[in-house]
Amino acid sequence: MPAERQLPSSEARELIELTATMCDRELAPRVTEYEAASRFPREEFAVLGKAGLLSLPYPESFGGGEQPYEVYLQVLEEISYRWAAVAVGVSVHALSCYPLATFGTPEQQEEHLPRLLSGDLLGAYCLSEAHAGSDPAAMRVTATATDDGYLLNGTKAWVTHGGAADFYTVFARTSSDTRGGISCFLVDAGTPNIRFHPPEKKMGLTASPTTQISFDDVAVPASRLIGKVGQGLSIALSALDSGRLGIAATAVGLGQRALDDAVAYAKEREAFGKAIIDHQGLGFLLADMAAAVESARATTLAAARRRDAGLQYGRAASVAKLVATDAAMKVTEDAVQVLGGAGYTKDFPVERYMREAKVMQIFEGTNQIQRLVISRHLARG
Amino acid sequence: MNIVVTVKQVPDTWAEKKLDASDKTVDRKSVDNVMNEMDEYGVEEALKIKEAHGGEVTVVTMGPEKAVETIRKALSMGADKAVHLTDESLHGSDALATSAALAKVISTLSPDLIITSSEASDARGGVMGALLAERLGLPQLTQARKVTVDPGANKVSVERLADNGYALVEATLPAVVGVVEKINQPRYPSFKGIMAAKKKPLTKLSAADAGLDAGSVGLAGATSTVVDAQPAPPRQSGTIVKDEGDGGAKVAAFLAAQKLI
Ligand SMILES: Cc1cc2nc3c(=O)[nH]c(=O)nc-3n(C[C@H](O)[C@H](O)[C@H](O)COP(=O)(O)OP(=O)(O)OC[C@H]3O[C@@H](n4cnc5c(N)ncnc54)[C@H](O)[C@@H]3O)c2cc1C
Ligand SMILES: Cc1cc2nc3c(=O)[nH]c(=O)nc-3n(C[C@H](O)[C@H](O)[C@H](O)COP(=O)(O)OP(=O)(O)OC[C@H]3O[C@@H](n4cnc5c(N)ncnc54)[C@H](O)[C@@H]3O)c2cc1C
Repeated sequence: MPAERQLPSSEARELIELTATMCDRELAPRVTEYEAASRFPREEFAVLGKAGLLSLPYPESFGGGEQPYEVYLQVLEEISYRWAAVAVGVSVHALSCYPLATFGTPEQQEEHLPRLLSGDLLGAYCLSEAHAGSDPAAMRVTATATDDGYLLNGTKAWVTHGGAADFYTVFARTSSDTRGGISCFLVDAGTPNIRFHPPEKKMGLTASPTTQISFDDVAVPASRLIGKVGQGLSIALSALDSGRLGIAATAVGLGQRALDDAVAYAKEREAFGKAIIDHQGLGFLLADMAAAVESARATTLAAARRRDAGLQYGRAASVAKLVATDAAMKVTEDAVQVLGGAGYTKDFPVERYMREAKVMQIFEGTNQIQRLVISRHLARG
Repeated sequence: MNIVVTVKQVPDTWAEKKLDASDKTVDRKSVDNVMNEMDEYGVEEALKIKEAHGGEVTVVTMGPEKAVETIRKALSMGADKAVHLTDESLHGSDALATSAALAKVISTLSPDLIITSSEASDARGGVMGALLAERLGLPQLTQARKVTVDPGANKVSVERLADNGYALVEATLPAVVGVVEKINQPRYPSFKGIMAAKKKPLTKLSAADAGLDAGSVGLAGATSTVVDAQPAPPRQSGTIVKDEGDGGAKVAAFLAAQKLI
């Protein structure tokens, strides 16, 4: 049963339909093959970009779709329903545009945002380092001031779209002040002296490359500093508040897919003379899966509506990311259970869903870090 | 170039198609309705011709209120304006009546080129292009897998699909062209297209607005009547021949019994 959506406008409904049709035709036929071959679907991103799906939450004046998060997140869900790695990519792209769109000067936005939002380019977000994941303030990559800009040195880790992206939003140290010494830069992929390492060999999301990136005296003009010197960490965390909503929606879409596949199988498969869905023990498992997906969606969209209404949403975004990704993990694991032995084989996609769900509990802040954020809000409030 | 492209809303290709029990017309209420997929190729071709030669693309459809969704899809792909002929009295129109109504509407638009697709996926008459050409007194170039327009010479030529290749046929403008799905790759609407479609002119016509005589259209005016209809019987399972050394002979005997050899 496809998700029952509540959408605020008729164009939102048409947008969802366009997304579903496009993803059915362009993504669904390729996902299994590309995931198995670790092949990045760059052309498919271009098709989505051309339709305007890579810039939905950003202002129309810069080429975006100016859609509320309530709508944008449901688009992400529909993409994730067909191909989680692509939805993650769309979310990471939006995350990469966020610092410029939110903290850039009008001149910087005028100059760069239209091309970032054109749908032709793909972005990447470079915050983590090998020893600084949960604790980004421990980062070591440096940006040393020169006469007309900065020189970047050091190695970033875990960069989604590393080597495949056209621009990189990079956080680097401009002073040794732990939290106040980090700044944000917009770096083009073609800038000399950037080296992309080979992609990590991951257990899931294999179509999406994740690499380390080394900077060796990479010259960045002063005009590419986003926000103030030293403002980088707070820009990064603010971007992640929005990014987490994207990951939550991606998890909801994946969970919905696992649920639908499990239900379809349970109606067909018979044991002890009847469809397994009619055995109450299994029917209840499916019911719990449905409850998990629907509450994850409700929690995610509740956070989105807070954001759309201009309210504080950082805590709500952490709750959504925690609830939705834990739900996706549970639901995808249960989907394997519903399919029995078949579920454990690569002939069916549910084992892949399970591998894909796992990383959602890890990136953009592990779910322990989400609890940290939530509990700090509680302590403060 | 003033181009008219006809589009039809049909039950979703994957939906189980049913006839309304009361009047034996296609049941459009109980299913999802979409733009006839072949018409996406017609719209795409119209847009490509417009992009190459300038002009305007007008979408024309006859269908219930809901068919406006199909119009909006064509507009969001990039068509400029639309005419929606809709009226309770049109319900149940057969191919002849449909073509008469469409021809009447199209003639008021004085197009240089009229594009239809070769077949709608519901009734699959595959006749509308020919009927429209006849009613409008225009040349018809159907089954086109490639269209070349030369507005300067007032000419259109097409590669017409044939059994072992294609025939090159041409006509003077205005003309009716029917396209097949080999012709192009229809574009997706873009989100900006969806937003822009809201602001494009859409003319809604009743049968009276279009100057149609109520008695000549709809079930009342149909020249043919659907008396009865049955769903196709499920396919029977085949005969399995077990090869115990005499498989070939058994197969031959089976084929002979069916008078196939
Ligand atoms: C596929 C993939 C894509 C990624 N893409 C990007 C990207 O595009 N850009 C980017 O910048 N990063 C990216 N990351 C990095 C990701 O955000 C980090 O892996 C994540 O933040 C965790 O950091 P870590 O791996 O260093 O784990 P660690 O920080 O070493 O954590 C290890 C464990 O300790 C726990 N832990 C740590 N601190 C605490 C604490 N205070 N309290 C309780 N438990 C704690 C964690 O929850 C975790 O379970 C990506 C990662 C992956 C796997
Ligand atoms: C069970 C059944 C019985 C029928 N019996 C008869 C019958 O006995 N006699 C008879 O004449 N008809 C009959 N019809 C046909 C029915 O009336 C057709 O739906 C109608 O005439 C349109 O023709 P088509 O769908 O075959 O179009 P086609 O000729 O297959 O369509 C080709 C193209 O013409 C255009 N087009 C077609 N219809 C429209 C429209 N309404 N608005 C805009 N563009 C359009 C589209 O571009 C379409 O792609 C029957 C239909 C059914 C389902």
